[in-house]
Amino acid sequence: MKNFFATRTGIIVVGLCIGLAAVFLQTMGNPPNMGICVACFGRDIAGGLGLHRAAVVQYIRPEIIGLTLGALLAALISGEFRPRGGSAPIIRFLLGMIAAVGALVFLGCPWRAILRLAGGDLNALVGILGLICGIGVGTLFFRAGYSLGRSAPQSALSGWIFPGFLLALLALYLTFPQQSGAPSSGPLFYSLKGPGSQHAPLLISLGVSLVIGILAQRSRFCTMGAFRDLLLFRQGHLFWGLLTMLAAAFAANQAFGVFKLGFAGQPIAHTDGLWNFLGMATAGLAFALAGGCPGRQLFLAGEGDSDAGIFALGLIVGAAFAHNFSMASSGAGIGLYGAHGALIGLAVAIGIGFLHSRNHA
Amino acid sequence: MATPVLVDVRGLSCPQPVLLFHQQLRAGSRDMDVLVDTTASRENVTRAALSRGLRVQEKTEADGVWRLEIRQ
Repeated sequence: MKNFFATRTGIIVVGLCIGLAAVFLQTMGNPPNMGICVACFGRDIAGGLGLHRAAVVQYIRPEIIGLTLGALLAALISGEFRPRGGSAPIIRFLLGMIAAVGALVFLGCPWRAILRLAGGDLNALVGILGLICGIGVGTLFFRAGYSLGRSAPQSALSGWIFPGFLLALLALYLTFPQQSGAPSSGPLFYSLKGPGSQHAPLLISLGVSLVIGILAQRSRFCTMGAFRDLLLFRQGHLFWGLLTMLAAAFAANQAFGVFKLGFAGQPIAHTDGLWNFLGMATAGLAFALAGGCPGRQLFLAGEGDSDAGIFALGLIVGAAFAHNFSMASSGAGIGLYGAHGALIGLAVAIGIGFLHSRNHA
Repeated sequence: MATPVLVDVRGLSCPQPVLLFHQQLRAGSRDMDVLVDTTASRENVTRAALSRGLRVQEKTEADGVWRLEIRQ
């Protein structure tokens, strides 16, 4: 194959880079075991825009911007920028919302689940088991003919809307930068304490995530796909990337002396096993039905896939709902309505799976 | 020689392109032409075919559309 990153070695190199980059971002100021988390950072962006008012998780995360723009850049250079969309967009929006609620009950997207495990947080193992089960249910729907329908080529404008939205966020960030000791700057909110206040300097966040975006676009890195392809095809290509990311982050955590094995006292995590499992099962099913983990959705959106952009917008809106409706967890445990959110999300996702399968088995 | 089966996976998101390829294999087809319109599908279907010992020849069908000629 002509594309080096599409080879086994290629995906391993990319997994290695992502694992190391994530721990690097943690040492530069990002929250512990959260070097990169697309769900958490989408939630922080929702907070930074004031879509929710949880004061501890408000920050326009440059990583989300960098990941997407990196993919956009790689797609433009390689001629793979192809504006497309129209495959059940509103269902993809809903799946994004469901994914956010499920992931925030667990406290992390699959990327963070890997980073948490690499930091010794055994709750992540429970979450990953849930993730695998959710994806497993998704593969049953795929075997029954599940499809959201075909996308079609769209105008260049359509492909640029989501990257343009993120460029606008970057412009807002630069126009209204964080003011020392102030909870807001212009229309933007900035956490003074909690995870939202912990962040690497802008240029480092942006630069590192830009490189990851480029690598991930070339390699089609996808954490949901890693498990899905194993379950569905016994195909381990993407899984190699995930495994290397875990190993690299684990080794880097060891090197920095921040590895801590156990369930209790883990950073930005709770020990409620049932909801760690079910939250991630809900999210896993939503990712599977939408065709990619949150990171992959950003990379697809960078390639001009407006359906993936709509999923990502659903993720941000869902994260806002998760906090406004007390569905998101915290270190203290699950939210008042976290269980309701996860179960309703799971039920809706299963409904979508049934209604879009050819054989309504 | 039988005419190759045409499998059109354009516009379908993962994992459907590879899934449809597998369905054809299970149905007994070994010779098939797969129409793809993203490089991810192109790579995934090619990888799946090669891993089953099939030969793949790629032709550009139109701008952004490739025909993968998969043969035994």
